[in-house]
Amino acid sequence: MTELHHLGVAELAALLKNKEVSAVEVATRFLANTGGNPHNAFLDIDSEVTLAQARASDAKLASGSAGPLEGVPVAHKDVFVTKDFVTTAGSKMLSGYRSPFDATVVARLRQAGMVSLGKLNCDEFAMGSSNENSAFGPVTNPWDTARVPGGSSGGSAAAVAARLTPAATGTDTGGSIRQPAAFCGITGIKPTYGRASRYGMVAYASSLDQAGPMARSAEDCALLLTAMCGPDLDRDSTSLNVAEENFSKDLLRPLATAGKNGQPLRIGVPTQWLGGGAHSPLDPDRPFRHAEGTHETVQARIEAACDALRSLGAEVVAVSLPNASLSIPVYYIVACAEASSNLSRFDGVKFGHRAKDYADLTDMYKKTRAEGFGQEVKRRIMTGAYVLSHGYYDAYYLQAQKIRRMIADDFRQAFAKCDVIAGPVAPSTAWALGDNSDDPVASYLADIFTLPASLAGLPCMSLPVGLGDYGLPVGMQLIGSYLQEAQLLNVAHQYQLATTHHQQRPGAVA
Amino acid sequence: MSAKLVQGYEVVIGFETHAQLSTESKIFSRAPTAFGAEPNTQACAVDLALPGTLPVMNVGAVERAIQLGLALGSHIAERSIFARKNYFYPDLPKGYQISQFEIPVVQGGEVSFLLGDEKKTVRLVRAHLEEDAGKSLHEDFIGQSGIDLNRAGTPLLEIVTEPDMRSSDEAVAYAKKLHEIVTWIGICDGNMQEGSFRCDANVSVRKPGAPLGTRREIKNLNSFKFMQQAIDYEVRWQIEELEDGREIQQATVLFNPDTGETRAMRTKEDAADYRYFPDPDLPPLVIGRDWVERVRSEMVELPWVMAERFVRDYGLPEYDAGILTQNQAMAAYFEGAATDQRNAKLASNWTMGEVSRRLNIDGRGFDAEVPVSSTQLGTLIGRIADGTISNNAAKQVFDVLWTESGEVDAVIEAKGLRQMNDSSALEAIIEEVLAANAKNVEEFKAGNAKAFNALVGQAMKASKGKANPAQVNELLKQKLG
Amino acid sequence: MSLNPNDIARIANLARLELQADESVRMQDQINAFFDIVAQISAVDTQGQIPMAHPLDAMPNLQQHLTDADAQGITLRLRSDVGSEPNDREANQRSAPAVERGLFLVPKVIE
Repeated sequence: MTELHHLGVAELAALLKNKEVSAVEVATRFLANTGGNPHNAFLDIDSEVTLAQARASDAKLASGSAGPLEGVPVAHKDVFVTKDFVTTAGSKMLSGYRSPFDATVVARLRQAGMVSLGKLNCDEFAMGSSNENSAFGPVTNPWDTARVPGGSSGGSAAAVAARLTPAATGTDTGGSIRQPAAFCGITGIKPTYGRASRYGMVAYASSLDQAGPMARSAEDCALLLTAMCGPDLDRDSTSLNVAEENFSKDLLRPLATAGKNGQPLRIGVPTQWLGGGAHSPLDPDRPFRHAEGTHETVQARIEAACDALRSLGAEVVAVSLPNASLSIPVYYIVACAEASSNLSRFDGVKFGHRAKDYADLTDMYKKTRAEGFGQEVKRRIMTGAYVLSHGYYDAYYLQAQKIRRMIADDFRQAFAKCDVIAGPVAPSTAWALGDNSDDPVASYLADIFTLPASLAGLPCMSLPVGLGDYGLPVGMQLIGSYLQEAQLLNVAHQYQLATTHHQQRPGAVA
Repeated sequence: MSAKLVQGYEVVIGFETHAQLSTESKIFSRAPTAFGAEPNTQACAVDLALPGTLPVMNVGAVERAIQLGLALGSHIAERSIFARKNYFYPDLPKGYQISQFEIPVVQGGEVSFLLGDEKKTVRLVRAHLEEDAGKSLHEDFIGQSGIDLNRAGTPLLEIVTEPDMRSSDEAVAYAKKLHEIVTWIGICDGNMQEGSFRCDANVSVRKPGAPLGTRREIKNLNSFKFMQQAIDYEVRWQIEELEDGREIQQATVLFNPDTGETRAMRTKEDAADYRYFPDPDLPPLVIGRDWVERVRSEMVELPWVMAERFVRDYGLPEYDAGILTQNQAMAAYFEGAATDQRNAKLASNWTMGEVSRRLNIDGRGFDAEVPVSSTQLGTLIGRIADGTISNNAAKQVFDVLWTESGEVDAVIEAKGLRQMNDSSALEAIIEEVLAANAKNVEEFKAGNAKAFNALVGQAMKASKGKANPAQVNELLKQKLG
Repeated sequence: MSLNPNDIARIANLARLELQADESVRMQDQINAFFDIVAQISAVDTQGQIPMAHPLDAMPNLQQHLTDADAQGITLRLRSDVGSEPNDREANQRSAPAVERGLFLVPKVIE
């Protein structure tokens, strides 16, 4: 039998249900893998808690009251608050913080039977694209530990890729599930905004944040997504009141009939995204400041993946997202504005870090927040406070919200011509640790492909489509129309049935 | 316009009133709102702004906003937006207050009241929903303050007027009227000591015809007396500054009840850069017309409507109607006593007079159970009206009912308070009195009206107070010609 | 659009962040670099566009999925007025920096 830690969620769930293995055995195996905290992926582990959950799951499996994922391990990105583990959101500000309640997503997965292995490292308050902004040290990429795993859900991606857990929760505000999934060669999906409750997710940018699963296959992601999503009407006013859905229901549809009215699935590739790199809509001849534009190998992998989808019965058409590149300034204005406000609650009064020495109340605030927050967080708070401040609101915040609508409209028009949009996740593969530290703007520019769908609130995912430069994974992004997660997972699953990229493991993983 | 000038200056006042709404739970969380709980026992995770918490709107707060809007003739916005007002303060857990900025739920409207004999109308700009902050306690801690967040998240309606008021009298009359309205329709308990109704007064002065002067805001006035004192002081202070050649700086001031003075608060740097933006955690509030109509149909009769009805249906003077409709319970009491509408004026007199006086002494209001029920009062005044007892006797009966309880007729009998209505017996008495007081009779016939009263007095005495004074009067007049 | 040191100081104060001198300089440079990119949005013609505060604003094909209560589109849901949250003070204050007799302690608040 394949070693337990190489099995995916679906396989483990089946083994557990058939009593071929116990939840305690599974948990023990994974806990052993986390010894020494490879890749600095974890921020909190408590085997007592994990094994207690596993024992409870075994009892349920024995009594026939098991949930669909009973006994299968999961680990949670440290922006989900948990009663039984510390929650830091990757920040000194919340060092040692114990939440009195569980995030809804955490509770739902526990309800489905999943056993928690602990909390995963991430960029501080989910702000970053490399997991180098964590107050507790960077996470390393299992494919090359001199490189970043991506961010902000870097710990989640690395843990899944390194087989420390079969699945993990992540959050995606501007690409924080998709990009680390791409950099680490795993699969991750961000559902439509509002599908998963934000109650219990430490807030970064309220109109953008969404929870989603990360695992080694679309099939596994579908299982977790089904458990995670659902209305949370009592606790989250932005939670969509749409019925719970089984996202595995369409996995087996052939692409030749997966489109509207049984037609072949149409895959739209934005002309702005392939063939020469991203361009500014204001100057079509000028590529972005990012050094080389989109790497050739990334383009090659995406094109090959599109060919594979064609041979599976899909049609590939060109679509246009004329305003997509404006996503960068728009996203950062909106996200920073919302973040600057969301992070005001960290003031040393009710919870979290408080400075030791201060002269008075104002000094207490200033020192507490200076000590508790890292550089990137401070930068975004400052930027956000500025764009909302008196005299600048109209020119920045309001203008950004108007362009946001134009970007959402671009997608609406594109979806008139196709069912699913495909493209890169990032212009390159994982960069080296420390490469972008001095130049935050360079990281912002690399978000060019993931930001648009975030702004529009569309469901989107990343799946591995082969190796690029230096043998590092390349991810392809799929974007669907609102509430079309099942269709995205269908496309990804069909691709994964016909290819083996998602089964490749980092060389170092035994 | 009868605005009186102060030392030649016109006073311009606008009010912002924060009325705490009488909901069971907070505006954005399910923590209870009862006053007086142990610190932080009514502050749940949402109220404490613990990481990951989110707001969920209380229908009771919205319903009360609609009720206020209807009572004041305002426009109820079909679609209004919640916005974040960002600033740092220990009693503000999130570091922002959820309020409404560009598009409030209630727009326009007015409050009318009498100032002396003059009818005044103050226009409203708007009223919006927002959450209250917590409380800071300073007394027990040296160099520190203790923060209690029980109050954080209590729903407020902030009611903003145009700067229509021209004197402290008018301002206080407005505040009293608004207080009456919000307590009448039941959206606020009006307990000013507990902070349920707090006013900020924006005060400025100018020479008549000049543009508006710079205003200063007097915050957190929670008694009508203090409102008057504070505004008067502020006006005098501003005038003195101007007369001395200094300019008024915009400022927020606090009133010190001990010294009777207003004083500017330590100026907050970056005054008022609250960086308002629509709260992304809360979609727009939509209020359909059918909801508004349902609230309208279920609303209690408004005080001025009731007052008009009292004048029209009970024939009461406007003055009486005005007093009786200051308080819903008092109005209901009156109506309970006036079921026989012929006795409406008597019922009004007794309600405003004896009953109110007694309640005052006991330190109660009409809201609690009144020892003499309105039905009993109705019976009692019926006995006055039909001549069974005199007014004085009625007071004695009332006294017994108040302190000992009982039935009206039983008390009348027990105390032997029946008036003498038997005219033949009375005639006999009067004959005797006339005979015994020949001198008075002469004086009366000589034109001395006082002599008549003396005779009345004698007759009453002779009847041991039981004679019906009206009858005595009539009979005497008959006999004396 | 370029921020100067006064802007940085003012914003840092608004945001209650104490910045060291070198931090302030770095912050200024980095934020200005960001605003170089942001500058392009001012050239975009957004005439007639309604600001999109929320993805919920732009979900047109949700109508068929929504239950009756939300038939009007994504609007604010209202919950019943029930004070059902129990007193959980101990758990809620577990991570508080300074608490005495149930009150959160802070340096004295001066009005």
